[in-house]
Amino acid sequence: MTDLPSGVERRPFDGTERLATRGEPVYGEQTDGEWRAWNPHRSKLGAMLELGMDIGFAGGETVLYLGAAAGTTVSHVADFAGPTYAVEFAPRPMRDLLDAVETRPRLFPLLKDARKPETYAHVVEPVDVLVQDVATRGQAAVAVANAQFLGADGRLLLAVKARSEDVTAEPSAVFDDALARLEDAYEILETERLDPYHDDHLGVVATPKADR
Amino acid sequence: MTDETAEGWFAGLDPADADAAAARIRDGEAAAAADWPALAVERGFATDTDDYYDRLHEATVAAARTGVRERELADDQQLIHAVRAMDDCDRTANELAERVAEWAGTRHDDAGTGVEYARELADSESAATDPAEVRLQSLAARVADLAAEADDLREFVTETTPTVAPNLAAMAGPVLAARLIALAGGLDSLAKKPSGTVQVLGAEDALFAHLRGSAPSPKHGVIYTHEYVRGTHPDERGSAARALAGKLTLAARVDHYGGERKPGLDAELDERIAVIRARTGDGSDDESGSEDDPADAGGGEDDPGVTGRD
Repeated sequence: MTDLPSGVERRPFDGTERLATRGEPVYGEQTDGEWRAWNPHRSKLGAMLELGMDIGFAGGETVLYLGAAAGTTVSHVADFAGPTYAVEFAPRPMRDLLDAVETRPRLFPLLKDARKPETYAHVVEPVDVLVQDVATRGQAAVAVANAQFLGADGRLLLAVKARSEDVTAEPSAVFDDALARLEDAYEILETERLDPYHDDHLGVVATPKADR
Repeated sequence: MTDETAEGWFAGLDPADADAAAARIRDGEAAAAADWPALAVERGFATDTDDYYDRLHEATVAAARTGVRERELADDQQLIHAVRAMDDCDRTANELAERVAEWAGTRHDDAGTGVEYARELADSESAATDPAEVRLQSLAARVADLAAEADDLREFVTETTPTVAPNLAAMAGPVLAARLIALAGGLDSLAKKPSGTVQVLGAEDALFAHLRGSAPSPKHGVIYTHEYVRGTHPDERGSAARALAGKLTLAARVDHYGGERKPGLDAELDERIAVIRARTGDGSDDESGSEDDPADAGGGEDDPGVTGRD
């Protein structure tokens, strides 16, 4: 098991050790004082952490988060990371995300399409970590298009959802295709299926290719 | 850091002008990211990095808030809420009408069924004194109110859809047009869908069962309520659904990208359906389904909560 980022701890909630960060609650999660439990069943990044993947977060990094949705995961990220840019294209979840943003002064909401990085490159600075959880077809292409935001030692933390690409294909075939496409811009460091937390999802840790 | 790459959101902005900042977040672009916090301090937009992030927070929140409000208030999005509310009211009225009928059957020899009976019971002249009868009549009154609300919503949808999507509304009937927009998630999403997808919108469960290999492909989704599908011989319904979906898709695209009325589309569809129906000899050529509101007759089997995902 790799070290947890600073600002993330395993703490007992009703006798069970769970991941937790410090911040205002966002989605009705269990709290203990200022600590809030991070539910790996609702968060792919939480599942990657719970499964012991080496996500390369020490704490305090700048983050670009694609597919922030209602802020379940990105709120935890903002609790332990540095400046965090949260991209979400759908207005409804963004409305909820805006609540989470209120108590997090270094979490910046962007109502933008992650497939069009040029529409937020005038706002987002180069970041240490790119987290991606978008449920559209072409997830690997989105990660490739956004590789420009990552510094040389940066990390891509990606959850690939097989059913967003093709409901009929075998997940393993979908994952192979996605990884092949990712290699246009990234060197893959680690992959792991996110079961039992998320069915048919692959967690990927990657770093930008040196020769890109 | 060279200046030609340095067009951040704050370039040339008056730090005190919050509206302009939010507008720049929304509408600006850049070819590549840069160290904006450092540049902003260097240019004097912010006193230090902390000050920069405070300004960025304020501007991004304002931009997101305005953007959300604008997109959610768009005509097609408001129409989606209206048509879903209409279906909710219809469904709930019917469900409660069943309860009223069950209850009334235990108390009245002449108890009927359905929303119509609930209306009757609610309007009955005799003021109830028995406490259970008071509750029953009150419940019946809620059913009548909900049914009336559904009717008002239907009227609103009927009036509004032609202003949102004139060609689609003319071809599909305003209620079915609104349902298609709702199932797609918006007129823009509907306009981007291939006709094969439009053909089975509202039949997602059957479609996914088919894709998993366990069922035949659905021939039609919610467009089944259109007279051109429902009124065509079962052997030719697949063809009729395909032809209708094709023209509906074109109509949605014209509405989204142009907006002017193109009656030629309806005429092409009428001709095509006449040809299809002639194969089984049951459709008459002079039938003009495009002016009806086909969804009025048999709608309601679609689940407004199911939307296609792409």
